[in-house]
Amino acid sequence: MATRTAPMRSGSVAAHAPTAADLERLATYPHLLVSWVDDDGYPVSVATSFETDATAGTVRLAAPAGMAIPTDREVGLLGSHIHPTTGGYDERRYLQLWGRFDGDETFAPARAWGWDEAETPFFEYSERSVPQSRRYLEQLSKEKGRTIRPRLSPFWLVLRTTRLPFLTATAVPVLLGIVVAATDGAFTWWTALLTLIGGSFAHLAINVTNDIFDTLSGADDANTTPTQFSGGSRVAVYDLVSIRGLTWVALGLFGAAAAIGLLLVAVTGSLLLVGIGVAGILVGVAYTAPPLKLVYRGLGEIAVAIGFGPIMLLGAYVVQTGALAWEPLVLSMVPGALIALILFVNEIPDRRSDAEAGKRTLPTRFSPDVIRTGYLVVALAAFAVIAGGVVGGLMPWPTLIALAAVPLALRVHAGLKVHYDSPYTLMAVMGANVNLNLVVGGLLLAGYLVTIVGMALIQ
Amino acid sequence: MGWLPDPVERLLDVALVGELTVIGRGGRPVTHPLIPLYHEGKIYLHSSTLFSKKLEHIKRDPRVSLSLSDPVATKGNLDRATIQGTARLIEDDPHSDWERLILGLWRQKEPMIDDFLKVRVALPLFFERAVIEITPERCLYWADGLTDRAPAETLAPRAEAA
Repeated sequence: MATRTAPMRSGSVAAHAPTAADLERLATYPHLLVSWVDDDGYPVSVATSFETDATAGTVRLAAPAGMAIPTDREVGLLGSHIHPTTGGYDERRYLQLWGRFDGDETFAPARAWGWDEAETPFFEYSERSVPQSRRYLEQLSKEKGRTIRPRLSPFWLVLRTTRLPFLTATAVPVLLGIVVAATDGAFTWWTALLTLIGGSFAHLAINVTNDIFDTLSGADDANTTPTQFSGGSRVAVYDLVSIRGLTWVALGLFGAAAAIGLLLVAVTGSLLLVGIGVAGILVGVAYTAPPLKLVYRGLGEIAVAIGFGPIMLLGAYVVQTGALAWEPLVLSMVPGALIALILFVNEIPDRRSDAEAGKRTLPTRFSPDVIRTGYLVVALAAFAVIAGGVVGGLMPWPTLIALAAVPLALRVHAGLKVHYDSPYTLMAVMGANVNLNLVVGGLLLAGYLVTIVGMALIQ
Repeated sequence: MGWLPDPVERLLDVALVGELTVIGRGGRPVTHPLIPLYHEGKIYLHSSTLFSKKLEHIKRDPRVSLSLSDPVATKGNLDRATIQGTARLIEDDPHSDWERLILGLWRQKEPMIDDFLKVRVALPLFFERAVIEITPERCLYWADGLTDRAPAETLAPRAEAA
């Protein structure tokens, strides 16, 4: 019996001419099912014993007693395997062969198809099958005379469509901008709250806009290994929401963000804020939208660093103070870098589909070693900015507490070494990387709050 | 209640996986491992719209067979059976028909499904499903799984009368 089998790619991959590897693989199944369509028009399937001959490309079958396997039509063989677990089963794999039986115990396969979840994880297999789901539901809609689409409950649909959990990326720079302003003696709670809400609307609007253009470009369709951190919302790919629907959602969110922005401009009278707001929207939309399509030109990471760094943090600072300053500008490099690193790591599992769609993200252009080294350099640079900001007298010394997150950055870097090529095991690393921004942001906030309290006590 | 022999009903009750064979294009038999559910004489299988080619095959020709043959999937029960019948698709509302009709039966065999349902948002199309209801018409049964012996054949009462 064969002990080594060649990798088999499956999912929605078309059936192929059987190979010796297929027969070697079939030999590993403990039992085999032979099936055919009987003279009465019904399929018949019966378990039987078998031996494979990979060299000859045939399978010897013991015909079930009292039943004649036909020789004048196609016959199917199926080897399948599961491993029962508590509450379910795993280790699913199967291989199906079609061919002719010669009436003398020999089956000659002509086509093969199969799936092994150890080689094509279930989530990837499912994503590859999305076009089949769309075809089926379109046909079903025609048959029923009404539109039948997949659905989600409103709560989950909103969460998925807007990618709501990513709002932490907005919260960190906006809150930092607010506390830096507070150390400068400027703080109005309700404009701070409006800044946070307006920035969140803008972020969600940009998320939806990017999904629209990634769907239209085919980038999301081409991605068969999305994760909870990468691959976009996929609501349009799954037909949960139409492109028209997404457009209305994006316009609504942009409208809400603009309304809050204009209110803040009216309250503060700051024209600087107009410039920052417009720049933020332009960078966010131009990330995927034509004509600039920054991410397709290799500028996506820089766009995100600028958007979530200086624009968000300085915007929040200007709302409170009405002016620019060096401290928030320098500090903004930290969330800017760390949020760009979130994108950077999340681009790793998408790199093949991004390349197919023409998105020139850094992982599509550089080797894994360069990407890993790049991650470490940028992460350490973010910490260097904190240290330098304190040493240079721009930032208060309690913010040095953020350096406590260096080991987390090193852990993400180490994880990239191990899981670079496995989208699903990389998810834990992506999660840790998201946490890095939250932890550093949280510690910086804590450092500033300590500073504010200290200043209050001294006065 | 159904007419299937008791040992076959027992197989249906315990089987984690059975092999559904449908008639594909050009009359080719196409076999899919699926979790079989059994209730009041009918066999229920279900399929995500993601993996719906089998449903398209059934629409063209509803004649199917279900094999229960893997002792690993039948908790060590060595008996084997093949049940032929006619399939009917229940697909008016792929989002929720299956929950109403077969989730309880599914949950009994695969309790882990509740964990997946909790994260339905992660894979929404997997839970857009059609139910395949099979009315058994003929049953072949091999005691102890010995297919080198001719099977015991049982026909549905109406089919037998005809």
